Amino acid sequence: MSLTDLLGTFLIVLAIPFFWGGSLGLLRFPDIYTRLHALTKADNLGLGLVVAGSILMSKEWTVGVKLLLIWLAVLVASTISCYLIANAARKRKINPWKIP
Amino acid sequence: MENSLNYAAIAFDGVLALVLLVLAWQLLRSPNLFKAIVLFISFGLMLSLAWIRLKAIDIALAEAAIGAGLTGALFLTALDRLQRREENDREEQDARWKSQEKKPIITTEASDQGLAAMIRKNKNHFFSRPLQTIAAISVLALTCILGWTVWTLPPFSDQMSALVSSNMPISGVENPVTAVLLNFRGYDTLLEIGVLLLAAVGVISVAPSAVMRTGSSPSPILLLLIRLLLPFIILVSGYILWIGKYAPGGAFQAGAVLAAGGILLATAAVRFNLSASKAMPLATGIGLLIFLLVALATMIICGNYLQYPVALAGTLILVIEAAATLSIAAVLVRLFVGVKSDTDNPAPGEDSQTLIFEEENTIK
Amino acid sequence: MNHYLWPALLILISVVVGLVRILWGPTAADRMLAAQLLGTGGVAVLLILAQAMQMPSLVDVALIYALLAAVTMVVFVRRQ
Repeated sequence: MSLTDLLGTFLIVLAIPFFWGGSLGLLRFPDIYTRLHALTKADNLGLGLVVAGSILMSKEWTVGVKLLLIWLAVLVASTISCYLIANAARKRKINPWKIP
Repeated sequence: MENSLNYAAIAFDGVLALVLLVLAWQLLRSPNLFKAIVLFISFGLMLSLAWIRLKAIDIALAEAAIGAGLTGALFLTALDRLQRREENDREEQDARWKSQEKKPIITTEASDQGLAAMIRKNKNHFFSRPLQTIAAISVLALTCILGWTVWTLPPFSDQMSALVSSNMPISGVENPVTAVLLNFRGYDTLLEIGVLLLAAVGVISVAPSAVMRTGSSPSPILLLLIRLLLPFIILVSGYILWIGKYAPGGAFQAGAVLAAGGILLATAAVRFNLSASKAMPLATGIGLLIFLLVALATMIICGNYLQYPVALAGTLILVIEAAATLSIAAVLVRLFVGVKSDTDNPAPGEDSQTLIFEEENTIK
Repeated sequence: MNHYLWPALLILISVVVGLVRILWGPTAADRMLAAQLLGTGGVAVLLILAQAMQMPSLVDVALIYALLAAVTMVVFVRRQ
């Protein structure tokens, strides 16, 4: 395997603990607002690493551009969705969890 | 193809199959309809992964776009309208009972629906236990028969794929799925687009007013999302339409993505008045129209219905697919917007604009 | 190249583990996080599968996943 392939594989493997962390946070955090944190931050970082690894391993530059666009679209959609869900939850009077 | 056991593939496919089964079971048994809808969306996306593992990418595209995304959105809106109507009915009932001071005999809860809840409620009913056993045995027998049938299928049916590959040069495209859909079995696709038009006519006859209202005006962040995402959706739709010639893609998937853009607009706007749009009737019908025109033209020129001249095949397929994309998107958005309740009829003077994002100061 | 299925499998398992939140989540917003999870996790699995199965067209499927997850989210948020 060439150097770029090796680096790409390394980046993809590096992304796995971020996804696991995100899912663990989703299960263990006490309320919706903290779960949103876990989901959007950790998973998007993992996805960014996967996209970076895939760009390094892609054979044509057009695929690389497509991957970059996917990452940008997911980033925009994730952040705005996170805000919208948190806002909707606030409007429905779901109170944030307080330390007991 | 691979002689050695591929443990990773077995593990991946095994986990996927298990997840599909568990999701389907949970989705069928949950009395909370909203939970069932979210499980259905997840099930659709996992099923799309299964199609990819089976190397059927076009079907995976269609499943993700239509099966998971659009149907999920449709279900969410339907559930919302259903619950709103139930709340209105219940308020009316409560008001009536309060005035008559009688207790209600039957109470229905919005969340206590579903087959499991019904069986639970009728546990002491005479037919419930034997009925459940018969149903369970029949379903189990059907599953075993289906499994045995798939197991004993021959690994490859050589005739069809060899036939298609040998005729690819005259089809005008390089993707065998598009060639079969639009050229070799183009007649089926023509009828399918006709069926879509029929569905739209059905919805229009039941819900003639195509005005969809959401209560509050959208937050500026949502408007930002639309401004960023909608051009991108249109671009992606055109790209998938174009790439259908060389790689998995095509009209249905592109139409579904475009419809997703339309649904984005429809849910974000305060009032989305589809009947004010002059382009809608044309867009709904243009797919079938172009397809029929091409069919007639080939019948007159080449002698056979839908037999494309080989030199023009690629161009004709692209034209048909473009029209079909518009048509599919228009029909799907119309299906989404179909409303029936009285509060959604357009008031006089409201017909002028299709899309309104700010709340209006109308005096009712 | 099929060795890339192992990372894909691990991320798939993490997505599945996250899906349990749909079954538990007390509020409707919790359940809808599943769409968000599949919007990022599913895209990652697809991108790795594109390497594992050597099919560049899977990147297009990932594009559609991302867009449809966003649209489903907006439809959920705009319910009454």
